[in-house]
Amino acid sequence: MARIEATPAAVETIGRLRERHGPIVLHQSGGCCAGSAPMCLTAEELPPGAGDVELGEVAGVPFLIDADLHRALGEPDFTLDVAAGGEDSFSLEGSDGVHFITRVRPTGGRGPIGDEGR
Amino acid sequence: MATIEKTQAFEAPGREGSPVEVADRYENYIGGGWVPPAKGKYRENLSPVTGEAFSTVADSTADDIELALDAADEAKATWAKSSPEEREKVLLAMADAVEENLQMLAVAESYDNGKPVRETLAADIPLVVDHLRYFAGAARAEEGRISEIDEKTVAYHFQEPLGVVGQIIPFNFPLLMAAWKIAPALAAGNCTVVKPASPTPWSILKLMEVVNEVVPAGVINVVNGPGAEIGRALATNKRIAKIAFTGETVTGRLIMRYAADSLIPSTTELGGKSPNVFFADIMAADDDLLDKAVEGFVLYAFNKGEVCTCPSRALVEESIYDEFMERVLARVEAIRQGNPLDPATMMGPQVSKAQLEKIEGYVGIGLEEGAKLLAGGHRTEGLPSELAGGYYFEPTVLEGTNDMRVFQEEIFGPVVSVTTFADEAEALSIANDTLYGLGAGVWTRDGAKAFRMGRGIEAGRVWTNCYHQYPAHAAFGGYKISGVGRENHRMMLDHYSQTKCLLVSYDEKPLGFF
Repeated sequence: MARIEATPAAVETIGRLRERHGPIVLHQSGGCCAGSAPMCLTAEELPPGAGDVELGEVAGVPFLIDADLHRALGEPDFTLDVAAGGEDSFSLEGSDGVHFITRVRPTGGRGPIGDEGR
Repeated sequence: MATIEKTQAFEAPGREGSPVEVADRYENYIGGGWVPPAKGKYRENLSPVTGEAFSTVADSTADDIELALDAADEAKATWAKSSPEEREKVLLAMADAVEENLQMLAVAESYDNGKPVRETLAADIPLVVDHLRYFAGAARAEEGRISEIDEKTVAYHFQEPLGVVGQIIPFNFPLLMAAWKIAPALAAGNCTVVKPASPTPWSILKLMEVVNEVVPAGVINVVNGPGAEIGRALATNKRIAKIAFTGETVTGRLIMRYAADSLIPSTTELGGKSPNVFFADIMAADDDLLDKAVEGFVLYAFNKGEVCTCPSRALVEESIYDEFMERVLARVEAIRQGNPLDPATMMGPQVSKAQLEKIEGYVGIGLEEGAKLLAGGHRTEGLPSELAGGYYFEPTVLEGTNDMRVFQEEIFGPVVSVTTFADEAEALSIANDTLYGLGAGVWTRDGAKAFRMGRGIEAGRVWTNCYHQYPAHAAFGGYKISGVGRENHRMMLDHYSQTKCLLVSYDEKPLGFF
């Protein structure tokens, strides 16, 4: 199993957003209000920061998370999905009346990122 | 002052007998009047109380942000040069207008957000009034400093307004967070363009109706619409001189990048996972302070947990754990949930369906991780049928350890995760074992211990033997990833000003270099 997977509905939404915006990225957020949601942004708007790690790609789109945040959460794997309702955020999918969500999956004892030879 | 005596539920806004009138449609508030969105689009505004739409609000685009900035720019010429006395008068008049309409605004705020009117009557709206009055006074009392460089050379320091600022408001305290941002901006002589949160676009429009008469046109402008469209259009706009934001961390990073691109300052407040620490000596007597501490624990349910500083991690010294938790759980059990327009209701619905689903998901994650459910944990059952479509969740207590995800991630709901500690060193270690650093609580009868803990906890606000108090004259803001900058306190005048130094020589003799 990959560290990041996506449901068919999420893959479809990603496809639409790539068509509309070109290269995009997903950043897992934390904190207040709409926190803990993945944010979909154009690749140029928020390139990977020094503290970000890439957990993999979903439908050709990199999924990033702050390494400290990933560690604090117990280094889970994620499944990307969409839910109904445009949330109030800068994330690009809101105009389609949906919002991305992530679900965590147990890692089955997998170690920290890098240990699997990526 | 408006009466707040009320024993029955208020009628919902728009219904006969309600203190709040509702129009079918709300335009943007720009240049001192109501302006339809450029593209003519509106969207339904739902109340979390029933899950049903009760009005429509502008669904604006970047064009509307430009209109608002035009109005703010025009107002700037006069407002930036207004005397402190004039600014004081406007802020005091705003405060009076809000106070005269306290009950109406409290009901509007409750219906738009879902927070109980018990809280909006006693906290949210009175605090709006207080912040306006505080910054009226601060503006009037502000003075620059003079440095004597030498006998004939003087540096005069003036605080000058930044100009037009952009302010993005969160959904959890739509009116109070607006006041936190608007009051100091105006006091320092700035004009503002405000972007309310999409789930709560309406109560601030009721506020603008109330203060419209006393605020000069264009000084405050409010534009509603999706964050991805107009939040971005505002934050990236070259015409703003500062951007202030409250929300989550990735958008916080975006805001700071936009500010960097425009070379302007920003303020970001990005949430927390605040520890609330209860030392054993709090149970040394069965008195008011113990009662206050028990309530202090239960304050995680304040505003249904949708608070950046929600005391969502409770740390209880193990020697008192069983006895203390017995009292806490009895108090949690007594929380009255239901229609937030009923003054007896202590907890209303979550702000949106998405929040409700997220909270439910987190409780599931906690249980999977091995946390033990001590209270709540489910959507609220047995509510009257008219509330069936609302977003109600039970006040919930999970017991576990600090390495669990429910101890590390902000849930933004009525969920507290409780754990134990053996001694002061371990309490401090657990309290600081988080990425966040916004708020914290310390409860003890030992003043020295309270001081050590207060200084040791890496957070911007450590409440000591109290929690969730937000006076205007106390600085608020984050350590670590909880954000950059502060809100409240008169230091905000500096955050919304430029410093102008006039370096003046009273010496007529030339320098002699050339």
